[in-house]
Amino acid sequence: MSSPTKMRASVTNGVTEVRALMQHEMETGRRKDETGKLVPAWYITDFNVLHNGRTVLEGQFGTSVSKNPFLVFRFKGGKAGDKLSLSWTDNRGEKRTDEAEIS
Amino acid sequence: MQLQGRNAVDIGRRHALKTGGGLGLVGVLAVLGLLPKSAWAGVDRKVFEATSLKDAFKAMGGLAPADSSQILLDVPGAAENGAMVTVTVESKLPRTEQISILVDKNPTALAENFTIPEGTEPFITTRIKMAQTATVVVLVKADGKFYKVGKEVKVTAGGC
Repeated sequence: MSSPTKMRASVTNGVTEVRALMQHEMETGRRKDETGKLVPAWYITDFNVLHNGRTVLEGQFGTSVSKNPFLVFRFKGGKAGDKLSLSWTDNRGEKRTDEAEIS
Repeated sequence: MQLQGRNAVDIGRRHALKTGGGLGLVGVLAVLGLLPKSAWAGVDRKVFEATSLKDAFKAMGGLAPADSSQILLDVPGAAENGAMVTVTVESKLPRTEQISILVDKNPTALAENFTIPEGTEPFITTRIKMAQTATVVVLVKADGKFYKVGKEVKVTAGGC
């Protein structure tokens, strides 16, 4: 089971700043565990963020993104109470979507 | 167990997706193009396999990006922990549509790629892993052309 993305957003002068922390191990496939065995690659490959159903950011990750990927980005428009949703999918095909309200 | 033809592939694929444990199999299926493609825009996933900047640029369609002072890149001069290096990018280039972050000496060069829709500022803060002291390179696609900027980060303990 994956853990929820933590997301906060606030509006200043008509620009919404979003801070998101996706919770994921982001294993590169090159790390060895205590017994010396390679830990298989396991990482988020794609994500997108919707504001009231419209895409405001989308991206693709490789294995060089840090554990628990963290993002800050800004888009025009958005007001307090609007819904944001962040979806990701990983290389095992697991997906999750989490929502937050702009404050 | 001997399975043949398309059914064998289907069963194998379902099994791989269901268990999630057979990464080797998923990898093989991905190579064979049997896994569903991402519904989202961006670069071809193959670009993430490029092991050098040059190959990554080429695969992204921007073989010789021009250096640009219109891309602001903020990275630490030195990072104690290569597993978490904070990178902030801001592009002043009109019609910035894509921002990619690469590391020249990581096992694979491309770390991440962002598609910037209209209305979203060409600005991003993110955290990446660095295997060793290397140059963080930002590749920006603006108005259909590629531009880049790079800065060195000295890494004490690699995080790849």
